[in-house]
Amino acid sequence: MSNYDIIIGLEVHVQLQTATKLFCGCSTQFGAEPNTQTCPVCTGMPGTLPVMNRKAFDLAVRTALALNCQIAPFTKWDRKQYYYPDLPKGYQISQFDLPFSHDGWLEISDPKGKIEPKRLRIQRVHLEEDAGKSMHDEVAGSADSRIDLNRTGTPLLEIVTQPDMRSPAEAKAFLTELKLLLTYLGVSDCNMQEGSLRVDGNINLHVHTDAGKIATPIVEVKNMNSFRSVERALTYEAERLWDVWQESKQKLGDVPKQTRGWDDQANITRGQRHKEESSDYRYFPDPDLVPVTVSSERVAEVQSGLGELPAALRTRLETSYGITPYDSDVIVNQGRAAADYYLAVADGVADGKLASNWFQQDVLRTLNDRSLTIEQFGVPATALVALLKKIKGGELDNARGRQVFAAMLDQGLSADAAMQALGFEQVDESELVALCQEIVAANPKIVADVKGGNAKAAGSFVGMAKKKNKNVNPARVQEICLQLIAQM
Amino acid sequence: MSMIHSTATQLLQELQASRLSSVEITSAYLDQIERHDPRVGAFLRFDRDAALQQARAIDERRAKGQPLGKLAGLPVAVKDLLTSTGELTTCASKILANFRSPYDSTVVAKLKAADAVLIGRTNMDEFAMGGSTENSAFQKTHNPWDLTRTPGGSSGGAAACVAASMTPLSIGTDTGGSIRQPAAMCGVTGLKPTYGRVSRFGLVAFASSLDQAGPLAWTADDAALLLEVIAGHDPRDATSVDAPVPAYSQSVRQPLAGLSLGLVREHFAAGLEPDVEQAVREAVKVYESLGATVKEISLPHSKYGVAVYYLVAPCEASSNLARYDGVHYGHRTDEAAMHAELNAKRKQLVAAGKHAEADKLESPLVELYRRSRAEGFGPEVKRRIMLGTYALSAGYYDAYYLKALKVRRLIRDDFDRAFQEVDFVIGPVSTSPAFKLGDKVDDPLAMYLMDIYTVSANLAGIAGISIPCGFSRGLPIGLQLQAKPFDEERLLRAAAMYQTATDWHTKRPTMGK
Repeated sequence: MSNYDIIIGLEVHVQLQTATKLFCGCSTQFGAEPNTQTCPVCTGMPGTLPVMNRKAFDLAVRTALALNCQIAPFTKWDRKQYYYPDLPKGYQISQFDLPFSHDGWLEISDPKGKIEPKRLRIQRVHLEEDAGKSMHDEVAGSADSRIDLNRTGTPLLEIVTQPDMRSPAEAKAFLTELKLLLTYLGVSDCNMQEGSLRVDGNINLHVHTDAGKIATPIVEVKNMNSFRSVERALTYEAERLWDVWQESKQKLGDVPKQTRGWDDQANITRGQRHKEESSDYRYFPDPDLVPVTVSSERVAEVQSGLGELPAALRTRLETSYGITPYDSDVIVNQGRAAADYYLAVADGVADGKLASNWFQQDVLRTLNDRSLTIEQFGVPATALVALLKKIKGGELDNARGRQVFAAMLDQGLSADAAMQALGFEQVDESELVALCQEIVAANPKIVADVKGGNAKAAGSFVGMAKKKNKNVNPARVQEICLQLIAQM
Repeated sequence: MSMIHSTATQLLQELQASRLSSVEITSAYLDQIERHDPRVGAFLRFDRDAALQQARAIDERRAKGQPLGKLAGLPVAVKDLLTSTGELTTCASKILANFRSPYDSTVVAKLKAADAVLIGRTNMDEFAMGGSTENSAFQKTHNPWDLTRTPGGSSGGAAACVAASMTPLSIGTDTGGSIRQPAAMCGVTGLKPTYGRVSRFGLVAFASSLDQAGPLAWTADDAALLLEVIAGHDPRDATSVDAPVPAYSQSVRQPLAGLSLGLVREHFAAGLEPDVEQAVREAVKVYESLGATVKEISLPHSKYGVAVYYLVAPCEASSNLARYDGVHYGHRTDEAAMHAELNAKRKQLVAAGKHAEADKLESPLVELYRRSRAEGFGPEVKRRIMLGTYALSAGYYDAYYLKALKVRRLIRDDFDRAFQEVDFVIGPVSTSPAFKLGDKVDDPLAMYLMDIYTVSANLAGIAGISIPCGFSRGLPIGLQLQAKPFDEERLLRAAAMYQTATDWHTKRPTMGK
């Protein structure tokens, strides 16, 4: 039994993929020249007013529903006030006491068995506007900061979980499942490098003592730039908190909440400078915006339009396509487009298992080897269906099937054309029987072995048959030969 | 009657009949500005050439028979709080002294679309905070009726330029009485529209839930004309209301039958000057003679109006003015001097071995904010930012801001009840006529209490108008009529009825030479 439990909660910021910003008409496209996607509204010019982008709000509702959240019938906008050069209004429009959604959950599981299946609760999801980006030029002597306001006003969803995670691996699993869900919904590309998904973690320990469990002070970990670094940072921080506990015996409430930044190079967290007094954001309702009401009819409408989400798709693959939880997990986790590819192949060939094998061993491997996305993949689902039908029908064995697949992939051929190019053709059944009769007749020793009970000896007929005609189906050769021997 | 003493409505008829040109009219007003504004100080800026160029262009279009806007050729002055593309919009503040707006406010855009001649930008209390225009960072405005007195405020320039016949029409803004009070003190007509009637887009925010732009002019007819142009729904202002705009100028001369007026018991209490009370009661009699019934009503929560106002408005202001930080635009402190001073201080502390104190020195960024804002804002603006920041702070929010919002609701409920009984609430605008310049600058509380009759309309979001109703020792007195939301059409007709029966609104200050 371990000495402590790790308690983790996450705060995830996700940029919503809208054409325009939350409160003005500027584009949200990433990567444009600095300060080219701005207008008087998002640069906070005197006299300007925000107007809510209803599409962004609808997209937020869609996400919250997919996270099993309750949608508030009435929600409002609040100003969160602080000074920073990339916040041109001196406040961020956010949601404080009445977020548009609350009390949801997301299930994590891992068929590989690294973590137990678990339902993680979500405390709230709210919508806010993003700030701009500060670029600090640290050149000695000429320290200079540059501000890019292109990002200012981009719709940002803040998802706050309950402290339900008990290990860094669970935190990573939550993020992985969340990202998958968001990409299935098509609301975000979740690109951490471009900042469209950002994660902060809150962590402390519940130390087991003779007097029961004691909670240590909570630390907020920032600057985690990948899911992997989330896992590593939280693992490091849990160990550090254990060391601190052993030294200081500090309990929750003894010291103010600390903020630490993860250093991906040094593999450590570092305390961030913070003022003694906790910041007071002086939240108050934004008088420039009107409250938003959401009817139950609207909620039902969005709910019905959600489409099939990852968890449901996994279940469907297991029950209707007869594949294992492990296989369905692999397929679903590839994303919606790849899963759709699998579904098209499995439906076309009417064999979920065969499609799953080929999808994982051949399609996915090719994608990985060549760093392709499924959209860039050269063999359309219909073409793969044609190939798998030939394999399923016995026209090709797996080995030859793979050769055909390779030709289809590299030369962009159909299954038939690839077979023709390779000189593969189906051998006529009567021809095949005649060929088998010839071999059997010529090899009385093997026939005797088989008759003596060593059925495996028939395997050597396959090689002989192939020498005579490279297109023969090995399984069929063996079958026919055994039948002929049985009749002898 | 001379050109500059005509009403906008009369001038428009002359223009439309081509008996007068916009160049002639605009020149006459510009002459008046050049002659008298050095002593009045109503305008922060005006540009003779630019104004005449606009006038000439409109005259040319008229000559060609091209379609023209509703105000075609009429000069309109704009309070320096509404943005206009490429032009300075200073809010009478040092912090925006060099700010040129990259966009048009909706009000200015509508004036341009109506072919008004934008004749100049008027003085005001800094960021519209004040009741005497003495809080302008740039100049004092003098009351045209007595140059030793204030024109009221915050739209003091907007009211004074009409009173001094420097323009027939003027745009002000009203957050707690800033159109009605200076209108009263300058003896002109000023209307604060219902919240949401006129777009706030481009009106530099003081208190967002209270601000409204509105017209100032000699008569209700002229105010109707100007309101008709600037009112209407604006998709860029989420708080503007999508309700049709009546043709105010067409109906304004139709008298109202069966008019009922409510005289507020609480308005006639200590503090109201006898001359003002007398004038208001006389005005009530005029209405009675026109067939109105008058009854006494009560607005029990109106006594909390000033207290509520001085929480709600500063709270919103403290937030709205956070953007003036010297980073993106506006006044920024002398950075080189600041860095030199910070470095010297740090060196000095380090040399004295005071490392802890050296560490406590603010970062250059925080220092830049502090200095830019300290240098850029005047004392009244700072006072309100501090009031609002305090009231919104953790631990105080519920007791101050939240409580104020609750009482604000009760004030609105009072009016809703009143308007079930009467068509309009009638009463004074201000406790006294214009006071001496400098009289109240050291007593902010006395200044705040001037707003007692006007703030409730802003808190309740209803419409209010101030019309001249008499004089006290040569100084104009204003009569206030307040109407339920979006009842401007009838409010203007009621004001016009009074102006048909009286001639207070025709009086002009002599202005000396």
